[in-house]
Amino acid sequence: MTRLLDRLTRPLIDENPVTLQILGICSALAVTTTLATALTMSLALTVVICLSATLISLIRNHIPQSVRLIIQITIISALVIVMDGLLRAFAYEMSQRLSVFVGLIVTNCLVMGRAEAFAMRHPPGASFADALGNGLGYSLILIVVGTLREGLGLGTILAVPLAPMLGLEGFTPIALMQRAPAAFFILGLLIWALRAWRPTQVETPEFRVTGHEEDA
Amino acid sequence: MIDVFLTAMIGENLALSFFLGMCTFLAVSQRVETAAGLGLALIVVQVITVPANNLIHTYLLSEGAWAWAGMPELDLTHLRLIAFIGVIAAMVQILEMGLDRFAPWLYRALGIFLPLITVNCAILGASLFMVERRYTFAESVVYGLGTGIGWALAIVTFAAIRERLRYSLIPAGLQGLGSAFLITGLMSLGLSAAAGLGAP
Repeated sequence: MTRLLDRLTRPLIDENPVTLQILGICSALAVTTTLATALTMSLALTVVICLSATLISLIRNHIPQSVRLIIQITIISALVIVMDGLLRAFAYEMSQRLSVFVGLIVTNCLVMGRAEAFAMRHPPGASFADALGNGLGYSLILIVVGTLREGLGLGTILAVPLAPMLGLEGFTPIALMQRAPAAFFILGLLIWALRAWRPTQVETPEFRVTGHEEDA
Repeated sequence: MIDVFLTAMIGENLALSFFLGMCTFLAVSQRVETAAGLGLALIVVQVITVPANNLIHTYLLSEGAWAWAGMPELDLTHLRLIAFIGVIAAMVQILEMGLDRFAPWLYRALGIFLPLITVNCAILGASLFMVERRYTFAESVVYGLGTGIGWALAIVTFAAIRERLRYSLIPAGLQGLGSAFLITGLMSLGLSAAAGLGAP
């Protein structure tokens, strides 16, 4: 039980898929202009990754090694098509705002990556816990970035104006926050903050600059 | 036509303003040579798959495409994702075999990057954008070329910047991924400024 719990909680901070494993970054940046789109995308991705990991793990012993990628992609894209259909049916406006990015869950390396790296070798229960943990870790980043971009860029959270609530009447929204570059900056700074907090995640530099010993 | 090309290449650069293909963009940009190889592979695949998917979408999947067979109500658009990813995977595979046979030097130069491209979301993303914006066949060829060149330019520039940064002193927490994001952000900022200048 503790191992399952560990599988579930580790990807949240310590092995976060976005900030450490470099998985699923495209959508993490693209859908975070507002918190609402970030939440919808998180939900869609978490559902798809949980179901796909469980399904792939269930049939893992029957998948021939040579065609495993095609089988994984087929399962994932079938799930994404269902998810896309559901969004269109019940939240049409949201599906228009997310544009092609729901469809792009198919090639989201997070879903493929966890299927290939974990679900192919572990029983369904563990795979489900791992997928849920990774889905939540991804969601966590999306929510943080989405909140920052919407709050600073539009001055709202979930379309509710912030200024009257916080008593910041003169606050002018920073238009740049809604543009593409801001997403990169926020994620970069977020990674910096995270690594300052957890120094074990710091990457070792390829080279070390060591003064001018040869001059002496 | 030129509009479609320039917009695809600069104004709506897939890597820097739509964040497509980011995983590969960040992972395979340590050296300029490999980045150039990957960029080249992406251009080739993009020019083939976007028009191919355009044909498939128009003649097989869109509503009423099967009218000639007596099935005018048949609408297969929901099969789009599976069809497109299948086409991309098949194209990459065929391209790999063809290059191996007829242009071994290019095959060796591209190496591992060719198969990796299957899961690069820039390819699928371009095909999906092509459908969403209702490009004609000719426009889709130009769009494929434009997005491919744009993406290749972005990754080669990024790799060149990273090569230079290797000798600089970066704060520990920003080492690697963190600084990569900040650089990409600055590149994206520069690009949107350039796009703003050329905007009609």
